Amino acid sequence: MAERFDIKRQVGFSTVAMICFFLLYLPIATLVVYAFNAGTSIAIWEGFSLRWFRQAWNNQQVIDASLRSLQIASAAAIIATILATMAAIATTRTARYRGLSLKYSFINLPLMIPEIVCAVALLILFSRIKIWTGYSGLGYLIIAHTAFCIPFAYLPIRARLESMDLALERAAADLYATPLQAFRRVSLPLLWPGIIAGLMLAFVISLDNVVITEFVKSGGQDTLPTYMLGQLRRVVTPEMNAISTVFLLLSLGIVTIFFFISRHKN
Amino acid sequence: MRENKGDILLLENPCRFAIEVRGVSRIYGASSERVTALGGVFVSIRENEFFTLLGPSGCGKTTLLRLIAGFDFPTEGEILLHGQDIAPLPPFKRPVNTVFQNYALFPHMTVAQNIAFGLEMLGKPKDEIRARVDEMLKLVHMEQMRDRYTGQISGGQQQRVALARALAPQPKVLLLDEPLSALDYKLRKEMQIELKRLQSETGITFIFVTHDQEEALTMSDRIAVMSAGRIHQVGTAREIYDRPADRFVADFIGETNFLQATVVGTANDRATVRLASGEILDAGLPERFKPQGEVTVVIRPEHAQLFADDGEESGIKGVLENVVYFGTDTHYHVRLGGGDIFIVRRQNTRTSVDVLEPGVPVGIRLGSDAALVLRD
Ligand SMILES: Nc1ncnc2c1ncn2[C@@H]1O[C@H](COP(=O)(O)OP(=O)(O)O)[C@@H](O)[C@H]1O
Ligand SMILES: [Mg+2]
Repeated sequence: MAERFDIKRQVGFSTVAMICFFLLYLPIATLVVYAFNAGTSIAIWEGFSLRWFRQAWNNQQVIDASLRSLQIASAAAIIATILATMAAIATTRTARYRGLSLKYSFINLPLMIPEIVCAVALLILFSRIKIWTGYSGLGYLIIAHTAFCIPFAYLPIRARLESMDLALERAAADLYATPLQAFRRVSLPLLWPGIIAGLMLAFVISLDNVVITEFVKSGGQDTLPTYMLGQLRRVVTPEMNAISTVFLLLSLGIVTIFFFISRHKN
Repeated sequence: MRENKGDILLLENPCRFAIEVRGVSRIYGASSERVTALGGVFVSIRENEFFTLLGPSGCGKTTLLRLIAGFDFPTEGEILLHGQDIAPLPPFKRPVNTVFQNYALFPHMTVAQNIAFGLEMLGKPKDEIRARVDEMLKLVHMEQMRDRYTGQISGGQQQRVALARALAPQPKVLLLDEPLSALDYKLRKEMQIELKRLQSETGITFIFVTHDQEEALTMSDRIAVMSAGRIHQVGTAREIYDRPADRFVADFIGETNFLQATVVGTANDRATVRLASGEILDAGLPERFKPQGEVTVVIRPEHAQLFADDGEESGIKGVLENVVYFGTDTHYHVRLGGGDIFIVRRQNTRTSVDVLEPGVPVGIRLGSDAALVLRD
């Protein structure tokens, strides 16, 4: 019998793999370690301390930016997930027709358009609207974040829908469920893991965004990433490391929660 | 010959029919590559009947069920339920339930919740639902499993739950799309008996789909034999087996010897024919059929007997070519004078011996009603 091709047996496989892991995680590990540095340098270790965490915790600007980030990410993720769920149902639960693939492309377009183009376009549009309406609240940021979050929320929901047996919805209809009842009692409960995944993905993507936020925000609307970017332009202290570490833990927490939810569902 | 003549006479009393399918066609695809899944089907299914759609894969059985359930719509024709056109009703308004081929149980609900689903959607009161679910669980012997999720029970048990779920709302008609095909042989036999019992206990009209002729013959009150989107014959198992309407039915149901022959004369419902090998044979005729010239005569292997040809007895003559032992019976392959192969089947006993060896000249003895002229 001919031996099957096994990539793990190729010369140098483990070396390349090790290098990749190293390159990926070493900077993050360094960042986390120096968050606990007692000195003011992010490169010279001067002993263990929690002072930078304390400092960040007491920094009103950091608190404001964090709350703003959470606010925008929550709103954008929820709106994007609702829209993405509707879009996913509309694109998987109809007969195939001409123009359907064009619709897929439209939904996923934000993934393809360079972010900077998107940012500039939104900036121009929103500045017009600001002049007309006089409104300059967080709404613009929420709308912008919703727009680029939709494809991220859409993908897991659509994947879930496509793996879902159509016969289940048919069975519900056969058992006297109206389309709305069939959706609420059968499709939606089965769709939850996909929706939660979409929601979390959208949340993390929004939380992380810099370019579009930087362009669209009005004065005093810094999110955590744009605040950090602003700070890095001046002095760099381990305070940034501390904030990043908390950020990292938050993301890991979300992923872990999601992991347990999806495992429980199956 | 059966067709739908008996049914047409009964049309004055439309309530005797649960379902009437009138000239229904379903054509898929655009003009360039049209697929005729159903081509002008007429069939009437009586109340309280165990009715089977039998035919090879791809002949349109599922399509017909989907049209009755309302998941698809006819290109032409109409379907009546108890005399009423159901075209305007969406699936959730039709008093028809389906047992799906892969069961389609709701994986996020327990066995009891699955069975209760239809009743809840109909807005039945809570205590009525509970009583009915208990009754259904008992009917399909699944009381122990009521709080299990559907992923935690075996295939045979899922089958029972699917049945209970579809029967719970007491539909006028139950549609079953090859419900037993996923089960192994033993379980299938058990479920066949179970289905018959459920049908007679509930008195609900069953429309059962299968491609397994044995299943159809043993379970059905009446059978419709289908191929390529049309119905060839409707009748009881006996009628279909003993008086096949055409070559397809004769070939599809059971084993048959097809012999080419020439009509010598006809009288009443019998014909005298001459086989290609020269022998003269007396054969039955389908109703109102007066053939002339070349015809096909069919003879079931078990309606013929073999004897060693010592020149004394008359009959169809040939040479024994092959003897195949099947356990319950033995098949003898006889090469006839005209070159055709004729199969004779003999029931075995524990002590029966094969006295005839391949290569010997043999004769075939036929009962007086063994041969039938086919309407081609
Ligand atoms: N949605 C469809 N589009 C095109 N052709 C179809 C469709 N559904 C069924 N057919 C065709 O119709 C014919 C009958 O199918 P079906 O009713 O499923 O057969 P059966 O259940 O007897 O195996 C087949 O030739 C099948 O390919
Ligand atoms: Mg089928």
